[in-house]
Amino acid sequence: MRKWITKLEDMFIQSKAFLFIASRPNWIAFLASFIAILIGLMIGFVIMLIFNPLQSLDGFFLITGGWVFRGSNLLRDLGRWLFTTGPLLMTGLSVGFAFKTGLFNIGATGQYTIGMFVAIWVGFYGSGFGPFQWVIGVLGGMLAGALLGLVNGFLKARFNVHEVITSIMFNYIVMYFVNSTIKSSSIMFDSERGITNAISSNAYLPTLGLRTLFPGSPIDIGIVLAILLAIAMWFILYRTKFGFELQATGLNRFAAKYAGIDENRSIMLSMTIAGGLAGLGGTLYFLASGALSIGTFYEPADILIGTGFEGIAVALLGMSNPLGTIFSAGFITFVQRGGQYMQGLGIKIEIIEVIIASILYASAISLLFKEYFNRLKLRGDRKEESLK
Amino acid sequence: MKIKIPVIEMVGITKVFPGIIANDAIHLSLMQGEIHALLGENGAGKSTLMSVLFGLYQAEAGLIKKNGQVVQIHNPNDANKLGIGMVHQHFKLVEVFTVLDNILLGFEPMNGVFIDRKRARNEIESLSNQYGLKINLDAKVEDISVGMQQRVEILKMLYRKNDILIFDEPTAVLTPQEIDELMQIMRNLIKENKSILFITHKLQEIMAVSHRVTVLRKGKYVGTVETANTSIEELSRMMVGRDVLFNLEKNQKKLGPVILTCDHLTVKKFDQPKDAVKDVSFNIHAGEIVGIAGIEGNGQSELAYAISGILPVSSGQLTLKNKPIQTYSVRKRNDLGMAHIPEDRHRYGLILDFPLHFNLSLKKYHHRPMNQHGILNFKSMEKLGESLIQKFDIRTSQGAMTDTRSMSGGNQQKAIIAREIDANADFILSVQLTRGLDVGAIEYIQKQMLHQRDLGKAILLISLELDEILKLSDRILVMFEGQIVKELDPKSTTQEEIGLYMAGGGQRA
Repeated sequence: MRKWITKLEDMFIQSKAFLFIASRPNWIAFLASFIAILIGLMIGFVIMLIFNPLQSLDGFFLITGGWVFRGSNLLRDLGRWLFTTGPLLMTGLSVGFAFKTGLFNIGATGQYTIGMFVAIWVGFYGSGFGPFQWVIGVLGGMLAGALLGLVNGFLKARFNVHEVITSIMFNYIVMYFVNSTIKSSSIMFDSERGITNAISSNAYLPTLGLRTLFPGSPIDIGIVLAILLAIAMWFILYRTKFGFELQATGLNRFAAKYAGIDENRSIMLSMTIAGGLAGLGGTLYFLASGALSIGTFYEPADILIGTGFEGIAVALLGMSNPLGTIFSAGFITFVQRGGQYMQGLGIKIEIIEVIIASILYASAISLLFKEYFNRLKLRGDRKEESLK
Repeated sequence: MKIKIPVIEMVGITKVFPGIIANDAIHLSLMQGEIHALLGENGAGKSTLMSVLFGLYQAEAGLIKKNGQVVQIHNPNDANKLGIGMVHQHFKLVEVFTVLDNILLGFEPMNGVFIDRKRARNEIESLSNQYGLKINLDAKVEDISVGMQQRVEILKMLYRKNDILIFDEPTAVLTPQEIDELMQIMRNLIKENKSILFITHKLQEIMAVSHRVTVLRKGKYVGTVETANTSIEELSRMMVGRDVLFNLEKNQKKLGPVILTCDHLTVKKFDQPKDAVKDVSFNIHAGEIVGIAGIEGNGQSELAYAISGILPVSSGQLTLKNKPIQTYSVRKRNDLGMAHIPEDRHRYGLILDFPLHFNLSLKKYHHRPMNQHGILNFKSMEKLGESLIQKFDIRTSQGAMTDTRSMSGGNQQKAIIAREIDANADFILSVQLTRGLDVGAIEYIQKQMLHQRDLGKAILLISLELDEILKLSDRILVMFEGQIVKELDPKSTTQEEIGLYMAGGGQRA
């Protein structure tokens, strides 16, 4: 059995297709993510077969993009899709950026929450900033997330406290702090409806006419900002001296130190940037004009916001490459939107959540495939070297 | 002498790994009461062959016979049942257990539900007397010397009543005196009709102790010779496939000014408050190679990391080109004129997941022309990569873009040496320069270092290989328990004398 697999692999290694892909790391990453998505969708389909066999084909159709043809208002739906993509892209970038420096930012959710809090706080109390209120909100939220990240980075660099521990703790500290502060303020909190009040309209992100393109949707410049930042992060990581040092630290902390890179500085800066990105994600979601949108009011329930954790899946699926993350974030919100439609088929919301969660879960195995392809490539390279 | 049947015979063993034939129809026969050496360079297939015999790998072709009977060895338990035991290069002992418990482990004599340690102790003591294996049964393994740990491994085999003993590079971790002791132990073992397979690439040891030698080269069987009828030159030719220079041509040294000074240097261990380097003082001039000899773990590593700036200095002065550098960052030291070939090439020397040209630029990327206002110029990294590949004959599959991880150990080390020599620093710190490399690569790299010396560089050579220290150094410092205990002249000293000081004997300097 194993012999046969080895033979098949050897044939695959020598094939033209593999040689083509092998010399292009981005193709390997893309192929690996694609296979992971297929597996995730297959698992989702099986779950539907078990719980709602009659609706399973229809449900599968919806979740893989069929929703585009089903809605009564396609442009509004596309606008909603793009709107929810922005914040998720930010948490994905946050987690991915930290990954590149060898850090696991599981605290994106806390940074997202504190970013949201500072942003809406400015939205309630910052009317003195006039037309710049939204700018202050965005910057303040980003700064708050960055500070939180910096604390984690500092503890890691200075005392070698694992960032996963500190950032999980911070997730809860931030959540309870934010919830209790909001609930105790009658300006911010509508205790009858159990959600935040509407913020001052100067604090809304500008829409730049995007809402005429996607009428009825909550879209604003959030998604544009997010994509621009993804491109900027890509440039920083892959084109600058700073990014080179961050990557070196992530791939081999010891060798980075040996080469003269200040690895503690790299760790702190990387966590700070990651925190800022997640914090910005929070501001993008909650500085949208709530009157027109669905659920951009914050409900201080004692649950961690999922966007931070979904960012982990987004980063893994995007192979931590900022440009890849744009697509993976878009894909995941695309599937989520399909999930909304599946409720119309009478599929329970919990089952839909399970299906989406298994797709997210499967995305993590994209790394496995990447490793596998790289191993095959290594084998091919070794052979070539030994022939020379 | 009557014709004997070999206790172990391996016939036509072939083991293929993807892309490489590790063993190509290898023959080996081991007689009872014989010490049989298995000789070959790194990657010649010695370890693979022994792993096949020990049941760790299954051969694609060929058979194994014990006393003329074909046997199947699927795993190490099968090997054990046939009386085959192995002392691995890296010992497999539980550090926090006592010596006695380590020997018993997996083979405990029981008295009801309790381990009968008394019976075991008697049995082991009589074995250790019989073979002259001096050990302290109640000491914990973490507290005893490497030499004694090896004796524990040997007793483990004897306690399991193994009579075919495989020694995998047993002398790599020992001092010359301990090596002599080991050889005496081996001779004692064969007197009691044990048979020994001795894996090594050190020719003197083979000449000293073995009866016959089987030589492998690049996975192929070269031949088996009687030790009495061969010479070091013939064996090395069989091993490498060509004549090897044993003595490098060394020019007269031309001493320049002092480049590096260590003045009463004290350094703590990694993550431990214990002093690893204690009050060490020496200096190195331009145009000389100073060698530091010592058994692993006597403070050489920490000394190197402190000089390079990776470990902090706890007291004393470090001076490079008249500047006190002990508070300088790694980067600042490098830029001032320090190159460093690190001990652990995978951990410190290279970022394996970077392409080769990134690794070759690791000490230069922050300067022009590679760094232009914070933005990197990859073209110039590639150019540097290609030129170093050419100049230092680094073999790659895809030139500058090759995955560093996919390269062989020898070529990875060449890449590090290329980068560090290219830095054109006045001081080169070189640790374990040739560890794990084959003879051809060693020769090349050693010549490069001598060339750098002749160009007027100051070189500190820290090595566990006494041969290398003797061959390259202009002065030898011996380190023992964190201190420099003796300075020796390589022209007038011997391996034995160095070994004596390495083991803490002799008078303190």
